[in-house]
Amino acid sequence: MVTAMITRLGRTTLFLLGEMGRMLLFLVATIAWFTRPPLRPLQILKQLHFIGFKSSFVVVLTAAFTGMVLGLQGYYSLRKFGAEAALGSAVALSMIRELGPVLAALMVTARAGSAMTAEIGIMRITEQIDALDTMAINPLQYLISPKLVAGLIGVPLLVAIFDVVGIYGGYLVGVELLGVNAGSYWSSIESAVEWKDVYGGILKSISFGLIVSWVCCYKGYYTRMSAEGLGTATTEAVVLTSVLILVWDYFLTSVLL
Amino acid sequence: MIKLVGVEKTLGGQPVLCGVDLEIPQGKLTTIIGRSGEGKSVLLKHMIGLFKPDRGEVWVDGTEISRLKGTALNDARKRFAMLFQGAALFDSLTVFDNVAFPLREKLGLPESDVARRVGEKLDQVGLTGMGHKFPAELSGGMKKRAGLARALVMEPEILLIDEPTTGLDPLMAKTIHDLIVAMHKTFGFTAVMVSHEIPEIFAISDWVAMLKEGKIAAMAPSKEFQQTTDPAILEFISVGGTVALAHAVREG
Ligand SMILES: Nc1ncnc2c1ncn2[C@@H]1O[C@H](COP(=O)(O)OP(=O)(O)OP(=O)(O)O)[C@@H](O)[C@H]1O
Ligand SMILES: [Mg+2]
Repeated sequence: MVTAMITRLGRTTLFLLGEMGRMLLFLVATIAWFTRPPLRPLQILKQLHFIGFKSSFVVVLTAAFTGMVLGLQGYYSLRKFGAEAALGSAVALSMIRELGPVLAALMVTARAGSAMTAEIGIMRITEQIDALDTMAINPLQYLISPKLVAGLIGVPLLVAIFDVVGIYGGYLVGVELLGVNAGSYWSSIESAVEWKDVYGGILKSISFGLIVSWVCCYKGYYTRMSAEGLGTATTEAVVLTSVLILVWDYFLTSVLL
Repeated sequence: MIKLVGVEKTLGGQPVLCGVDLEIPQGKLTTIIGRSGEGKSVLLKHMIGLFKPDRGEVWVDGTEISRLKGTALNDARKRFAMLFQGAALFDSLTVFDNVAFPLREKLGLPESDVARRVGEKLDQVGLTGMGHKFPAELSGGMKKRAGLARALVMEPEILLIDEPTTGLDPLMAKTIHDLIVAMHKTFGFTAVMVSHEIPEIFAISDWVAMLKEGKIAAMAPSKEFQQTTDPAILEFISVGGTVALAHAVREG
């Protein structure tokens, strides 16, 4: 009984360690292939269109409502101290430091990440990845590295949009609806937000972008050869990416503070 | 020349290849036959390094392809082209772009040459005017022919084709066989074909090898192969012959 449990624990641990090793190797190999010619700017643009542009609608939507609800909640809490004037800084700081990067990355995971896993997984199952190999075109270089680069560029841009829209959403509710003074909304942002906050947000969004495309591509690339395998891969990709984003977010925040 | 020495491979706990020794002659068309699920596709994939043998070696003209990795493996593959059993067309690209893909990506040809060569190949496999379609809009046999066009368009030194005529009507199958033979005459590549088209393959192949229980049960020049006295092989190849005979009788 006890030995069986220990055996199982050991096996799971070994599997997890192996999986982490494989993921790291996958990333290193992709980066190594990316640095070799030819560079495929058109592929990168296509992926940017897919990850970035096509996610922008859902990002704007979530950003608007997040900002608006922050406006409501912030107003409610701040009024207890008679500090409604600080609403702008409360909204902006939570957006820039925390909610923008995390929520935008989670939305990208749900919309583009899962699609990436499915796309690569289908290519694996139908031997399209093997076909690339037989044409002496490395799939990591042709298929994966453009997605990785697009994630690195696209997510920070989406986060920037998220922040701006979110802050404006807070303005709409706080100023237009609840009657906070417009001047104090903006000036409290100007005085409270430091460059440090912005840098932290950028750093977060870049690393989240990497996590999204890395994990989602990895899960698709090693899809097991069945329709069920594809479903599992997509689910695992979304869950693992989301968990990693939140864990890494805590870690980064505690280091950056 | 492609040479396999004692290749063993276990997949999913199931031994598939159990010591395959095989020499594919240079510049000839060799056909591998064998029952479904016997491991013919797996064998073909070993030749281009998509599978690595658990034990044994795969040699391609003095390089052991089963040991190569990374860029070296990539370079070794530049001489190959392969048709997969499931065609493996890129479903995000049109038929035209699929066939053009290796020309653009590997050779970097100017667009005018690409258009000419792709158009020519699509005509040859009977897909004239289908270039704008996506793989999802094609029938199984059309996918197969598009895949063949993509493999042939490279004019490779070594051509691996996995069941080029499965799913085709007899007339189209003959067209494809004729095309393969004609291309083979023109370019003199080394070709390895997996096929169930008995007896047609005896007329078009130089050599025939039979895979049975994970080993090469027999390999001989096409004519001699038909004269085999091994009952197991005879049984396998004569079933196809009987069907052909029945056809011949019916058609008078
Ligand atoms: N990627 C894989 N993973 C696990 N098992 C595999 C894999 N590819 C093939 N197999 C197994 O290897 C065996 C041989 O398969 P293969 O596709 O080579 O047969 P085949 O001779 O080409 O048959 P057919 O004539 O039907 O195409 C089968 O039992 C199959 O289940
Ligand atoms: Mg097969």
